[in-house]
Amino acid sequence: MDFIVCVKQVPDPEAPASAFKVDEAAMKLLPAPGIDPVINPFDAQAVEAALQLRDAAGQGAIRILSLGPESARDVVKQALAMGADEGYQLSDPAFDGGDGWTTALALTKAIEKIGVPDVILCGRQAADFDQGAVGSVVAELLDLPSVTVLRAVALEGEHIVASRVVADGFETVRLPAPCLLTISNEFGDPRYPQLRQIMQAARKQVTVWGPADLGLATDQVGAAGARVKMEALYQPKTETECEFIKADTAEAQADLLVRKLREAKIL
Amino acid sequence: MTSVLVIGEATSAETAGALAAITKELLGAAVRLSADLGGEVACALIGADLETPAKVAIAAGANTVYVADHVSLAQYQIETYLPIAAEIARRAAPTVILLGQTSMGRDLAPRLATRLDSAAAMDALDLAVAGDRVRVTRACYGGNARQVVSVLTDPQVITVRAKSQEPLSQDPGRTGAVEAIEVEVAKARATVTEKVTAEAEGVRLEDADIVVSGGRGLGAPEAFGDLERLAAILGAAVGASRAACDLGWYPPSQQVGLTGTVVSPNLYIAVAISGASQHMAGCSGSKNILAINKDPGANIFRFARFGLVDDYKKVLPALEEAFKKVMAKS
Repeated sequence: MDFIVCVKQVPDPEAPASAFKVDEAAMKLLPAPGIDPVINPFDAQAVEAALQLRDAAGQGAIRILSLGPESARDVVKQALAMGADEGYQLSDPAFDGGDGWTTALALTKAIEKIGVPDVILCGRQAADFDQGAVGSVVAELLDLPSVTVLRAVALEGEHIVASRVVADGFETVRLPAPCLLTISNEFGDPRYPQLRQIMQAARKQVTVWGPADLGLATDQVGAAGARVKMEALYQPKTETECEFIKADTAEAQADLLVRKLREAKIL
Repeated sequence: MTSVLVIGEATSAETAGALAAITKELLGAAVRLSADLGGEVACALIGADLETPAKVAIAAGANTVYVADHVSLAQYQIETYLPIAAEIARRAAPTVILLGQTSMGRDLAPRLATRLDSAAAMDALDLAVAGDRVRVTRACYGGNARQVVSVLTDPQVITVRAKSQEPLSQDPGRTGAVEAIEVEVAKARATVTEKVTAEAEGVRLEDADIVVSGGRGLGAPEAFGDLERLAAILGAAVGASRAACDLGWYPPSQQVGLTGTVVSPNLYIAVAISGASQHMAGCSGSKNILAINKDPGANIFRFARFGLVDDYKKVLPALEEAFKKVMAKS
């Protein structure tokens, strides 16, 4: 059973909010000093899901695919260190300024070039723009069944059994390969690579493709091909002034708080 | 001519056969958008037993309701819903399609947009018309930033966050057309074999006037028992941060945040929650936040109207007594 996992490099979502700054004129995030970008956490969980499914199947290749700048090689290498077999990177200045559509189109072409595997996995959304659309668009372009926002996956004979998180609980979905799955944070922590694996991954070649390798014209990728245009990027202002409730005892503090809530007609 | 098509929801377990609140909100938004775009509002309903929801959709603002009513559509499945939604979209030919940022909407919208050779903007907080485009304000970077985007292709597919749009007041005197869609239900490759409802008992998170939420700072899952007791006194729902849910301390269905439920109660009581951006994305719409945290530098205090800097273990028993007294009076 073969797999392709799509991964993205994102600014560290665990970085403190105080380190977060955007350049509103350039509509770009300013990199937080001293905080390196990371593999999108949901994508690391998707890699983990692929590793578990391969273990269940007993064999198969796991290929990692990432669209992004040259530095995104680090996240491909990290996924290789976790236990994946081959890395592919879609990297070219022409990809800059793209949107979910151009990303999904390029990933789709790359998946077709590699060969559509039994299971394609993605994170439920990327922790930068939080759109959560690319996986589903890839599935649509490849005409594959898709199940999104999964907390668990298993193999049952030739079928995938997935547990989908919905608003009021969970759904069990059974589907055949080939298919596309997106993994949510409920899946659990991904494994940490061992030092030996990190060193092995460092020696592996990562194949790099540009638009021409994928049969895409320059107006089908990046800003030229984008269907969603960003008009503005800014940090919202929080204007709440917090009133701290202080008293000598916990009881007096609680009474004071309740009085304040009553006065403000909240209770 | 239809300018805005709302893909409604009426069959999910939480709506129990009624038109979902989010759909009424979307219809309200659609009426406002169509006033600027020029054209009418249509609503698509896919499911089973849709006669009443279709009437409600008209009272909530739809000029036309396209109804695909079939027993095999009782539950949302992408492969059966998607071809029907695409067929209705082709028939209505809107410039804008709105869906809720719900379990259904976030799954359906990207594939629907792609099938219609367009694109989707996800999880809108605000919508405004500029020419023939809808400018979508949405949160990104885990709630740390906002971006304004517009979809350049038609139809502009947009999912909208719950409670971000005002519904119209229901007007049973409003008239509209109901068009039945001949349904040929597609054979789904992916099939739902089991549905487990795993919501906490009591008040539903989305509907609660007061929410009591706990985070990793509680230190142990047992502390949620204390929060449940407090919530029972206040008639509140209990929520949890993603960190607490990921630790297995509370069910994921009760998660408040970017990847969980978005709540906007009158009072949000955050207990031992640091206030990570992705959590605030789920509760910053609350009218009032009361934060209890022993770290005075916690991010949550930036959003709170009232703050208690103390160990929750000391605070909660006294609060319980104080709330009991005041609730007995009211």
